[in-house]
Amino acid sequence: MLRNSRAERLVALVLVAPFLAIYLLAFVYPTVQMFRISFTDAPLIGEGRWVGLDNYLRLDNDPMFRRALWNTAYFVLMTVVPGTLIALSIALGVSRLKGRFQAIVLALFFLPYILPVSVVYLIWDWTLNFQFGIAMHVLDWLGISRVPVFKSRVWFLPAVAGVTIWWTAGFSILLFLAGLRSIPAEIYEAASLDNSTRWTTFRRITWPLLWPITSLVSTIQLILQLKIFDQVYLFSIGGRPNDNMVLVYYVFQKAFQQNQGGRAAAVAVTLFMLVVVVSVLQFQLLRFAERRHR
Amino acid sequence: MNAMAAQRWNFWGGVITALTLVWAILWAFPLYWGVISSLKPDDEVVRPYIELWPETPTLENYIDALTTTQIGTWYVNSVVVAVGVTVITIFISMLCGYAISQLRFPGRIALWWLILASFMVPISALIINHFVLVANLGLLNSWAGIMLPQLIHPVIIIVYKQFFDQVPKDFREAAVMDNASEFGILFKVYVPMNWGVTTALSIVCFIWTWNAFLWPFLSVTRTEMMTITVGITQVNDAFGVYYARQLAAAVLAGLPVALAYLFFQRRVTEAITLSAGIKG
Repeated sequence: MLRNSRAERLVALVLVAPFLAIYLLAFVYPTVQMFRISFTDAPLIGEGRWVGLDNYLRLDNDPMFRRALWNTAYFVLMTVVPGTLIALSIALGVSRLKGRFQAIVLALFFLPYILPVSVVYLIWDWTLNFQFGIAMHVLDWLGISRVPVFKSRVWFLPAVAGVTIWWTAGFSILLFLAGLRSIPAEIYEAASLDNSTRWTTFRRITWPLLWPITSLVSTIQLILQLKIFDQVYLFSIGGRPNDNMVLVYYVFQKAFQQNQGGRAAAVAVTLFMLVVVVSVLQFQLLRFAERRHR
Repeated sequence: MNAMAAQRWNFWGGVITALTLVWAILWAFPLYWGVISSLKPDDEVVRPYIELWPETPTLENYIDALTTTQIGTWYVNSVVVAVGVTVITIFISMLCGYAISQLRFPGRIALWWLILASFMVPISALIINHFVLVANLGLLNSWAGIMLPQLIHPVIIIVYKQFFDQVPKDFREAAVMDNASEFGILFKVYVPMNWGVTTALSIVCFIWTWNAFLWPFLSVTRTEMMTITVGITQVNDAFGVYYARQLAAAVLAGLPVALAYLFFQRRVTEAITLSAGIKG
């Protein structure tokens, strides 16, 4: 069939144009601008002078930046690994159930994921409220003294990590369930004929076959949690945001509270590079591990 | 398998199922607790013991939230923004996905890579320049300003391309024989054949936008322009905190997305697994 390629190109242009226009305006242009102003001393709105690498060099001995970096890493550590394992164990439990019953149990685990972060915040702020929270009644009952969770330096990030796992596990559970469903039943039948124990079956069959999903889930979680802001901001209201500083919060503080667009952009670029490097690195690493598993 | 092994297998299976059930109930308990607390009168909420069911259930917190805060206005803002973003995003992604899937044009491969590469860019790193852009366009504190940076969902294009790729070529050739235009083919053949995925993607796009926090929070400073997810966290009373009323506001904010999920459970889970790059 003869295709009229000039007409086809024109149609393609018309079809692609709306997306491309918005993409260039709201994505490519801001990305380029972010890099550009990170080399200037611009305020939030307005132009600045070119200062070269100054903004980046300053980060090196900026204690607040270090704290943000460290807290972000700590938060990632506390969410990604436990979150993935919890989601996997829940998915293994849910996958045993059948039909409607399964749908209901899955919904109980999945509902938090569908809610806005501010609703999650209000619910947990109430549940863990120092004076009236139900969790504190439980602590009283167990004979443990109450903890002002979100006002405490030690407990803040672990608690926010816990809430985050609760909030986002539904997503990982869903992916694990899809992965479990794609493992052929015959393999399990063969295993049970061999009289293999539950644990051996899991270790020799489920875990290796699920590995691609595990790597996908942990990569998605890792990248998501590096960008943590909402929960830390919300739970810090009336608390001590400077103690709980994380990278995106630092970008926000520098740009919107201290009006230093250039320096904030340098932090943003750092985060940007971190996400790119980590996602490429982890992808390669997991692929390598996957090959060794076979 | 011998009988002993079968018995052992079933016993532990039962234990795991029971644990899963208990765990599910505990998992959902904070949600239940939030809803129940919002139905209690003020004095009951702060009782120093656990009360799993309100003694005198009341809707006064809801009436309070609706009449004393601007929650109604925030609802309107959220609905307009979420519907607007969904309609625009789905439409432009559909067009673009179709072009990449079915047409041959220069720059097609480059465009595809550009879309894939954008996955690595953390949108939250762009907040400064989104703010500058929207401010320069004079769109701060406006619906359009809240919407603009949220229109970028490359994953929707990717899903559309995959689905359009799978439509058998015969349909296309038959339509071309009938002298149908590309737009005709797209809207009379490809789109109707993929209503399922369009519905699924629209629902999750609506949920994502409804739930967005960081950008709506930054781009709006005027109380009456806030979306509900931002509004319920930004406005507190000068006379102390009313826990029950705040929870009532939270329930109202979460209700539309929770209902969307419960009504379209299968569609939502389908779209979410698709957006992570997994087929059903």
